[in-house]
Amino acid sequence: MTELLNALLLQSGYNAALVAVSAAMLGIAAGSSGTFLFLRKRALLSDAVAHATLPGVGVAFIVMVMLGGEGRDLIGLLAGSAISAFAGLLAVEWITKHTRLAEDAAIGAVLSVFFGFGIVLLTIIQTMSSGKQAGLESFLLGSTAGMLFQDALVIAIGGTLAVVATYTFRRPMTLVAFDADFAAASGRNVERIDLAIMGLVMAVTVIGLKLVGLILIVAMLIIPSVAARFWTNHTNNLIWIAGAFGGVSAYVGTAISAAAPSIPTGPVIVLICFAIFAFSMMFAPNRGVVAALAARRIFQIRVHRRQGLLAIARDEAIHDGLTLKVLTRAGFIRPDGVPTAEGRTQAAKALRDEKRWEVARAMNRDVAVIGRYDGLTPIETVLTNDEIAEIDRRINARAPLGGAG
Amino acid sequence: MQMTSETLRVAARSDAPPSAASDTESPLHIHGLTVSYGDSPAIFSVDANIEPASMTAIIGPNGAGKSTLLKAALGIVPRLSGTISIFGKPLNEARRRIAYVPQRASVDWDFPARVIDVVMMGLYRELGLLHFVTKKHHDKAHACLDRVGMSDFAERQIGQLSGGQQQRVFLARALAQNSDLYLLDEPLAGVDAATERTIIDVLKSLKAESRTIVCVHHDLATITDYFDHVLLINKTRIAQGPVETAFTAENLISTYGGRLATAHIDQLSLPAA
Repeated sequence: MTELLNALLLQSGYNAALVAVSAAMLGIAAGSSGTFLFLRKRALLSDAVAHATLPGVGVAFIVMVMLGGEGRDLIGLLAGSAISAFAGLLAVEWITKHTRLAEDAAIGAVLSVFFGFGIVLLTIIQTMSSGKQAGLESFLLGSTAGMLFQDALVIAIGGTLAVVATYTFRRPMTLVAFDADFAAASGRNVERIDLAIMGLVMAVTVIGLKLVGLILIVAMLIIPSVAARFWTNHTNNLIWIAGAFGGVSAYVGTAISAAAPSIPTGPVIVLICFAIFAFSMMFAPNRGVVAALAARRIFQIRVHRRQGLLAIARDEAIHDGLTLKVLTRAGFIRPDGVPTAEGRTQAAKALRDEKRWEVARAMNRDVAVIGRYDGLTPIETVLTNDEIAEIDRRINARAPLGGAG
Repeated sequence: MQMTSETLRVAARSDAPPSAASDTESPLHIHGLTVSYGDSPAIFSVDANIEPASMTAIIGPNGAGKSTLLKAALGIVPRLSGTISIFGKPLNEARRRIAYVPQRASVDWDFPARVIDVVMMGLYRELGLLHFVTKKHHDKAHACLDRVGMSDFAERQIGQLSGGQQQRVFLARALAQNSDLYLLDEPLAGVDAATERTIIDVLKSLKAESRTIVCVHHDLATITDYFDHVLLINKTRIAQGPVETAFTAENLISTYGGRLATAHIDQLSLPAA
């Protein structure tokens, strides 16, 4: 336990501290750049890209050994993985564009073929006599054990650059994610911006290979933004909340893995991501599950209040227990059931709203507006002032027949 | 190379349309435009010449290629053949003078954005990559929302809007682009009566500022009230011109074939002179 605390507080030595900080940077990069993947609805594509890195790792290792070098040089391995990830991405795009196959089929095919090829290469490497192949399989699930100072530096710098790139291109990427046609009409090159989004994701994947591993990096790209979506309705906030979630999970996950080196880093980070996601899903205001339950209860009370007010306006007797309770508590009726002056005013207002809705629904063909009618929502919150004025004009035009409204 | 005070003053008026009124070039000239999805052309060899400061409706039956024509004119879908010129210039040199309002259904309205954020997207060309959003930009965006009667909805999540309100937001975003040529894809499809009136009022006021409007439109009954020019297409161009001369029973029958009852056409169109 003290070991974990030490790791969290950057007290486990200089190297471990640097690894934790670089992991945090990578997490921020993954969370923020992954947001655009989520918004562009291309989450699965990143899984194909991640799995497509494996043959590159294998080929790079073999090439470096054959050239007489150190097979485990991180930069060399990452360069190899980037090239094969890009090949995987191009393969998916080519299949989608030039055949009748949909993107999901292309993703499935590319992901499994590249991954299978990578595993074959790793098996061949196991049988090679030279090159210190031990540790190459840590690219599958990630590991902090035996990470060199310069490896951590590569991750920290790469992560920082990815965050800066995400910030710089947030506007064009948001535009394309929301409305690609409008972006194209404004002269944006949509294909190039999509490529930039995928390029960022690829960069994060490659940088994160050593730490998180290629199988689970997709979780770090997607889960933070999905969790962040519970907390905000605003694109810019979404990017940075997702970045924060990614950063925290990577930092804590790395610290745990450093305290207990037998646990691979990737799965720990993903579990922490999931914990944040689960908490967000349950407890986020407005969009969370608890909030939804509370909203349901509040809604129920509003229904009874409205029904009660309409009953007062129409001089009907009220028998429902909850309705009586709600009305009494609001001060609309006295304990003996007689409406107060305030109750009468509110009742008249409710009745007027109901009439406006009735006219609105009769004249309005817009399904989205009619759909908002729930017998509760004040019409002012749904329609614009000019729309309401039009409705009142129609009500008044009818008034001589129906008496005063 | 002396700059007179006159040119300086003109240059300083950044809110005026970039170079209004004085244009004699057609805002949108289309020549021999063919677009195909797969083997069969969606539109074939269409010519069109939009008059400056006019309000043109593109009409034709479902699947006639109306939206495709707009998208190809904007370079959103690739063209097989044909040329597009905007105010006499190639498309890519004149992007800043075009504003586009896509079909409402073309986007996911659960996207995490508020109304004001969507309108602000119309200012992205001006903002570039790194400029901060200042009060000036906010005021501009709010003014555009005000113009479509939606200023009270600025902070609303876009998913909470009705169809008509979504359409108004799209129009406000196009207004923020402050362009000379507005291309709108079915802006009145499925909107309520109040929204329809608001949108038409805004479009007419744009026209009064010598800007050019081109709308894909589906409601033949309102053509004569709203528009001054029509372009009738059904894969190919059937007719184009001022409403008085081109919106005739004969042309409608050529465009719609048997899909419109003849009696209906007589009611809608102007008598063939």
